[in-house]
Amino acid sequence: MKFTFNINGTSQTVDIDKNTPLLWVVRDVLNLKGTKFGCGKAACGACTLHVDGESVRSCSYPIHFVEGKNVRTIEGLADGDNLHPVQQAWMEEVVPQCGYCQPGFMMATAAMLEKIPNPTDDDIDANIVNVCRCATYYRMRKAIHRAAEIKNANS
Amino acid sequence: MKVFIFLTAFQKTKIMTDSNNKSKKVSRRKFLVRGGLGTLGVLAVGTYVFRNPMRRAMYELAETMVVPYSGSGTEANLWIEVGNNNTITLHSPKVEMGQGTFTSFAQIIADELDVNINQIIVKAAETTTGIIDGMSTGGSLSVAQLFQPLREMAATMREKIKQEAAKKMGVDASSISTADGVLTANGKTMNYSEAIADVTDWTLPDTPKLRPISSYKYIGKPIKRTDLRAKVVGEPIFGMDAEMPDMLHAAVIRSEHVGGTLKSADISAAENMPGVVKIVQKDGWIGVVAESYAQALAAKNKVKVEWDVPKKWTEEDLRAYLKVGEGNMMITQKEGSALDEDGEDVINMEFTSPIGAHAQIEPNGAVAHVKDGKATVILSTQVLGVTQKQVAEALGIDATNVNIIGTYLGGGFGRRLNTSHAVQACQMSEAVGKPVKYFFTRKEEFQHDAFRPPTHHFVKGKVNEEGNLESLEHHYASGDVAMNSVIFPPVMASVLGSDVGAMRGGNIMYTNVPNYRAVQWHKTLPFATSFWRSLGLLANTFAIESFIDEMALNAGKSPVDYRLAMFGDDEHQNRIRKVIEVAAAKGNYTDKANDNRAMGFAASIDAGVPCAQVVDLSIENNRIKVHKVVCVMDCGLAVNPDQVKAQCEGSIIMGISATVHEKMTLKDGQLYPTIYGPYDMALMRNAPKEIDVHLIQGVDVPLPVGEPPLGPIGAAIGNAVRRITGKRLTDIPLTLG
Repeated sequence: MKFTFNINGTSQTVDIDKNTPLLWVVRDVLNLKGTKFGCGKAACGACTLHVDGESVRSCSYPIHFVEGKNVRTIEGLADGDNLHPVQQAWMEEVVPQCGYCQPGFMMATAAMLEKIPNPTDDDIDANIVNVCRCATYYRMRKAIHRAAEIKNANS
Repeated sequence: MKVFIFLTAFQKTKIMTDSNNKSKKVSRRKFLVRGGLGTLGVLAVGTYVFRNPMRRAMYELAETMVVPYSGSGTEANLWIEVGNNNTITLHSPKVEMGQGTFTSFAQIIADELDVNINQIIVKAAETTTGIIDGMSTGGSLSVAQLFQPLREMAATMREKIKQEAAKKMGVDASSISTADGVLTANGKTMNYSEAIADVTDWTLPDTPKLRPISSYKYIGKPIKRTDLRAKVVGEPIFGMDAEMPDMLHAAVIRSEHVGGTLKSADISAAENMPGVVKIVQKDGWIGVVAESYAQALAAKNKVKVEWDVPKKWTEEDLRAYLKVGEGNMMITQKEGSALDEDGEDVINMEFTSPIGAHAQIEPNGAVAHVKDGKATVILSTQVLGVTQKQVAEALGIDATNVNIIGTYLGGGFGRRLNTSHAVQACQMSEAVGKPVKYFFTRKEEFQHDAFRPPTHHFVKGKVNEEGNLESLEHHYASGDVAMNSVIFPPVMASVLGSDVGAMRGGNIMYTNVPNYRAVQWHKTLPFATSFWRSLGLLANTFAIESFIDEMALNAGKSPVDYRLAMFGDDEHQNRIRKVIEVAAAKGNYTDKANDNRAMGFAASIDAGVPCAQVVDLSIENNRIKVHKVVCVMDCGLAVNPDQVKAQCEGSIIMGISATVHEKMTLKDGQLYPTIYGPYDMALMRNAPKEIDVHLIQGVDVPLPVGEPPLGPIGAAIGNAVRRITGKRLTDIPLTLG
């Protein structure tokens, strides 16, 4: 079946089985490798991206749900060369270690900040529930607060 | 293309050796040049580190737990290029697993080569060049091992470049100054690439005296990671991101039961599924190759398999099988006389730790292409050389025809010291004649991990009237860690007699106790166990330091003072004493619980790195909540203090995860759980909001940092809980019941 949707500002049409997870369309059909496979069961969050601004775990999100919608991946988070406040804060705080899970965390954070511009620690604990095996949570929390500052200063 | 041409030249070149080189006081290395490179404007030099690296590795491992960099044993083993555009490329013998080692390598080279760190590119070498570490990337050793060789090599190259520039500029080499990759003399400038263009005589100068560490611009400074931007914008740098043209996708079926063997398989339904190209049946596994991953996975579910399962292992079976008193016994430490086991005054405490999963987020996998007797494999691995040999052996081809291309690792933690799945990817590629990408499902990851083995411990002691220990013994049982590992030769086990991995943290560090012993019991388990970040340290320190805390409480003494009184006064002991003193002071350690909140204290030494931690936690809704951890570590010279601190922060939270949350069990013959969530790991909400790391430089060389801070955390948590509840927690994961 054919599905048409917008991804990072560009319209795309793919012809694929309707139950194919969005993750594999993004990674293997559209060749955007920033969205990661971690568990395939929506349990770790490495595959987090945005569908119409909402955080979605794309490994368990069938492609047919995406018809006519706007998808954003880590590759589309920055505005050209201007990194998103979340990416800027991640660099300021030197968050990544191995880096594999980080796009999922950054996408989850970016979506949260649209809803909660000044998250408390409790907000962060409740909303950022991805898994990082390098356990970079300490710097990540600092970077989330810093991202909120940068974003609020820009707006 | 440039690199390819270089390699051709490289392999044809006879290596120059100088057996009369006696100048070991200046440098124990002999720098070598690969000839025929000058016309390309590329300079590459190699070093011999040790004549017999494996022998030395074994002795040093036994003595200090620090293995020297081994290179590939007989080949020149470091390779830096000065490229045409004034870039410097290190083809790193080590891979980047996340610790920031590539950044540290760039810092080290930049300082002695006098280039800007932005000019330096660090990438993992490939096996066809031979410039990989013959053993592994592991043991937190990358920076510690390469610090001296890289500095010497960079300094030698700088002098060679100056000599060549001197000829071209018509000045004396001593009048040339260098900075940011530019040579300056008499107001004239020339960059490094220009200086070595068209050079044909590659005679190298002697290695100059290295600069004092205090004069360096990059070494010792909190330089930002050079891979930061790539990781923040999501660049495809990992093994999972690799592709080859015309690539197919595979899913593999393996036994879900421990020890299960393939009895029969019906592939008829699967063969007719959409996109299926071939179903490959091998000994013990079935591979489904299809046009897309989703198709491979769908077809995999249609294969009907019957397995022979000789024994359905349970947790009870495992505990009965693995315990102190069973298996091979080895006394790993002995001072004074042994405890009378039956003595009435012997205090004896029992501890356990469970099977631990690596649970790194990037699954294991490989992209392989086997064609015309040659294999190319791209994967995340800590053992390029071992994987090369495994593939060559399985395909029946010469290792020189196998190129293993290492990528950035989406987590290592020891898991990727076992990457024989490259063989399966190659066998499937061979069967279909096209490149194949194969990676584990998460269930495969959890059931076919090379786990941290479970452990069982008795810590025993005898105290005098003041409550001080007169005897202290640690008896512990573990499955394989280093034993049967693909990275060590089998002779290692027989030479050393015990599992040196399980031994980490197992010996007694308090040498002022008159009598002490450590006794290891070892058994190989029915499922694979191997290296898990910090090896035995996590569980061994938990057992010993929990016992020490209990003895301090019995004696009515501060656990800090109680520990300090048990050290001698040599340099080694003084370094441990100091981290304990500083941690107690920086953490404002107090022995008194306040309602449901208390502090816990513990210390350890691993790979020559002492570490002490103060944990501040409370009990909320019957669960442990860690608020703050103060960590003091003496890791010698911190090449990048910011990333050393990041390693401490990560180790502490991973340690909280491993000691409070995580547990694999055996149920009806299967390893369980098989997914995140049920395999409970620390998340953001479980991470302390404050982590305060203080580094002490007790020696002037870099020491391993990625594992030692995992030592104290479990015991420190248990010790804090003991002060709130009065109850001693003895089994990991630590739960309040």
